[in-house]
Amino acid sequence: MRRLAWLWILLPLGLAAVAAVSAEAQEGGEFPTDNDVNAVARKLYCPVCPNTPLDVCATKACQDWRAQIRDELAAGWSEEEILDYFVAQYGERVLAEPQRRGFTSLVWILPVIAAAAGLAGVVAVVRGWKAPPKRAGPASGATATYPEVAPDVLARIEKELEKIA
Amino acid sequence: MLNDVGFLALVIGFGLSVYASAAAAWGGWKGRSTWVASARNAACLVFPVLTVSVVALVAALLRLDFRLAYVADVSSQAMSPFLRVTALWGGQQGSILFWAWLMAGFVCAAVLRPWRDNRELLPWVIAVAMLTTAFFVGLSVFITNPFERYWLLPGAQDLTRALFAPRGAMPYVPSEGDGLNPLLRHFGMIAHPPTTYLGFTGFVIPFAFAIAALIARKGQEDGWIRATRRWTLVAWMFLSVGLILGGRWAYDVLGWGGFWGWDPVENAMLMPWLTGTAFLHSVMITEKRGMLKVWGMILIILTYSLSLFGTFITRTGVIGSVHAFAKSALGPAFFVFIGLTFLGSMSLLFRRLPDLRTEHELEGLLSRETAFLLQNLLFLAITFAVFWGTVFPMISELVTGTKITVGPPYFKQVTGPFFFALLVLMGLAPLLAWRRHGLRSLARTAAPLLVASLVLTAGWAYVHRLHPAAWAGLWLVSFASVAVLAEFGKGVQARMETRRETPALAFVRLVGRNRRRYGGYLVHLGVLMIALAFVGDAYFKQETQDTLRVGEQLAIGGYRLVFEDLRAYPGTDGREIVEAQASLYRGGKFLAALAPRRDYFVVQEQPVTVPAVYATLAEDVYVLLVGWEGTGYGSTTFKVYLNPFINWAWLGGGAIVLGVLLSVFPGSRAYAEASYRLRSRRLEGAETAGEST
Repeated sequence: MRRLAWLWILLPLGLAAVAAVSAEAQEGGEFPTDNDVNAVARKLYCPVCPNTPLDVCATKACQDWRAQIRDELAAGWSEEEILDYFVAQYGERVLAEPQRRGFTSLVWILPVIAAAAGLAGVVAVVRGWKAPPKRAGPASGATATYPEVAPDVLARIEKELEKIA
Repeated sequence: MLNDVGFLALVIGFGLSVYASAAAAWGGWKGRSTWVASARNAACLVFPVLTVSVVALVAALLRLDFRLAYVADVSSQAMSPFLRVTALWGGQQGSILFWAWLMAGFVCAAVLRPWRDNRELLPWVIAVAMLTTAFFVGLSVFITNPFERYWLLPGAQDLTRALFAPRGAMPYVPSEGDGLNPLLRHFGMIAHPPTTYLGFTGFVIPFAFAIAALIARKGQEDGWIRATRRWTLVAWMFLSVGLILGGRWAYDVLGWGGFWGWDPVENAMLMPWLTGTAFLHSVMITEKRGMLKVWGMILIILTYSLSLFGTFITRTGVIGSVHAFAKSALGPAFFVFIGLTFLGSMSLLFRRLPDLRTEHELEGLLSRETAFLLQNLLFLAITFAVFWGTVFPMISELVTGTKITVGPPYFKQVTGPFFFALLVLMGLAPLLAWRRHGLRSLARTAAPLLVASLVLTAGWAYVHRLHPAAWAGLWLVSFASVAVLAEFGKGVQARMETRRETPALAFVRLVGRNRRRYGGYLVHLGVLMIALAFVGDAYFKQETQDTLRVGEQLAIGGYRLVFEDLRAYPGTDGREIVEAQASLYRGGKFLAALAPRRDYFVVQEQPVTVPAVYATLAEDVYVLLVGWEGTGYGSTTFKVYLNPFINWAWLGGGAIVLGVLLSVFPGSRAYAEASYRLRSRRLEGAETAGEST
C-alpha cells in the first residue's frame, strides 16, 4: 500500500509537468522557431563558403546545417553543445568568435598589449618634450618660445620701451 | 589589330615608366637637369600611352571580342554596353591595368603642376612615383596580362591562357562569354572599385613627396606637406567614398541586412583609411607647430604600404586560403614589392632622423597637440587590431595548421572601446587650444556642451528605453555633434556681434573665409552620422524570420508584413526571378508594397538575393525572400531586419565629400594660409613674409 501512495503523489506531478511543457510549446508556437535557429547559426560560419555567417548563407549545404541545428535544438541540446558539436565536426574555423585559449588567444591579447605599449611610448615622448633636452639647437631661443613675435617687431618693442624709459 | 595596339601600348608604357624612374633618379643624383626634364616628359607620356591600352581593352569589351580571354571571362552578350565598360575593373587583369592607368594619371597631373617651389623634390617624386607605376604596369605586362588569348593544346583537356601561340596550339574563341559576376552588377560595385582605386593610388603623391623630401634632405621643411595637402585630402575622400559605396553594395546585394561585416577585403580598405586619417591630422601639427615630423613620415609610409597591402589582399585572395598565394606569380610579386617599399622607406627615414628636428617642445599636457597625439595613437591601435585580426587566420594556419575564423565579434569587442575614445576626443579637441590649456577653462567651455549632450541623451534614452546598452553610444555621438555644432555657433555669433551681420550671412562668410577649418568640421559631422549608423547597427538592430502562407503576416518592432503573392518570371539579362509581393503596415496604416526577390543567374549558376527596403531616416525595414515551396500559394519564408539610423551612413558620406571639397577649394591663398598658420614668421621663406591677416 505504501508504494502505491508514492504513485498517487507522483502521477499528478508528472501530468502537471507534461501539461506545462505542452502549454509552453503552444504559447511560443513550435519550438525551435527560425529565430531560435538563426540565433545559434549567427555564431557559426559556413564551413564551405568563405567568410559567410551560417545564418545568412543561402547555399543548400547551409540550409542543411541550419536544419541540423533545428533538430538538435528540438532534441533539447543547449547552444553550447551545438557549437561544440560543430567545432568537433568541422574544426575551429566555424566559430565566428575566435576562442580565448591556446594559440588562438594571441589574437585577443596582442592588440591590448600593442595599445598599452603605444600609450607608454606616447607618455615617454611627451615627458621627453616636457623636460627639454639640454642642447643648444638653432630652434631654441626667444623665437621658439614666443613664435608669433617676429624679431623686427621685438626690436621695435624694445625701441619703444627705451623711448618711454 | 586594336588588341595588338593595346598590348603594344602597354609594353611601351612599361618601358617609359622604367626609363622615367631611372632617368629621374640619375638626374637627381648627379644634378643633371636635362635628365630630369627627360624623365618628366617620359612620366607625362605614360598616362596617354596607357590610355591607348585601356581604350583598346574597353573597345574589345564593347565589341565582345571573345578572342581575348579577359573579355570572355567578364562579359557576355546579355550585358548592356554600360556594364561591358564597367567590366574593365570586373576581373583581375583588367583591374590591375585600370589601377596602373589611374596611378599614371595622378602622377602625370602631379608632375605637370607648376613647380615654382620644391623644385629639388621633382626628380625624386618622379623616381618614386614612376617606380610604383612601373611595378603595376609590369604586373599587367608580365603576370596578369589582359590581352592574353585562349589556346587549345593538342591532347590537353583545359584551355591555356597565353599571349602568343604555344607550339602546336590552336586558338580558341568561345562563342559566348561567362559574363560579369552577377553580384557585381550594382551601382555600388560599379562605382566602388574606381573610387577605391582613386583613393589607393592617390596616396602615391604624398608618399612620393615624403620620400623625395627625405632623399633631398628637405624633410625639415614642411614644403612637401603643403604641396600635397590637397592630394592627400582628395585621395582620402575617394577612399572614404569607396568604403561607403562598398557598404551600400553589401547592404543592397549580399542580403545579410548590414553594411559592414569586417570581412578581410573590407578590412584591407579600412586600414589605409585609418592611417591616412591619422596622417591628415598629424601633418596639421607639423604644419602649425613644426612637431611630429618623423611621425608624419611614418604614417604616410604606413598608409601607402597598407594601400598596396589592400590591393594585394583583394587581388590575390590570400586571406581566403594561404594556397591562393602560390597559384600565380602575382602574390609573391606583391609581397616582395610591399616589403621593399616598406623596409626601403623606413630605413631611409631612419638614416635621415637627424634632419627631422622638432621645432617646438610640448608646452602643456592639456593641449591640442596632446589630443592629436592620443588620436593618432588610437587610430594606430585600431589599425593594428584590424590588421592582426585580418592576418591571424593565415598565421594560425601557418603556425598550428588549424584554420580559424576571426569574425565580427572580435573586431567589435576589440576596436569598440578605441572608437568610443576617438569620439570623445573628437568632441574635446576643438575646445582645446594649441600649446597649452588650463583644466579649469576646459571645464568651463565643456560644461554647457556636456549638459546639452546629456539632455539630448536623456531624450534619446526615453525613446529607446528598451536598449540601455545603447545610451553610452548615443551620448558619445550627441556630445561630439554638439561640440562640433557649437564651433559653428560660436563663430557665427562672434561675426554677428563684431560685424553686425545677419546669421545667414555670418555663417556663409565664416565658412567661406575659413574653409579648411569648417570643411574639416563638416567632415567630422559626416563621420558622426556614420557613427550613429554604427550605434544603430550595434544596439538597435532587430531581426525575425518566419514562414508564411498567402494572407498570413509577421510582426517586427511595430510593423506588420502581410504576404500577398509569389510569382516567377524570366528577367532580361539571363536571370530567372522569383518575386514575392508583400504589404507593410504600421499600426493600421498601409505604408508600402514590398517586393523582395531572388534572382537566379542561369549561366553563372548563382543566386542573388535582392532585398525590398522601406527606408526612412529613423530606420529601414529590410525584407528578404529566404525560401519558398512552389510559387503561388505555398508557404514562403521571409527574413525581416529593422535597421535603425542606417541611412545616416549614406548621408554622412555626402557630408564628408562636401566637407573635403570645401576645404580643398582654392581660395584666397594668402588669407587662408595667414589665418591658419601659427608658426614663427622667421622660419618661413620670403614668400609668405609679406602676407598679413
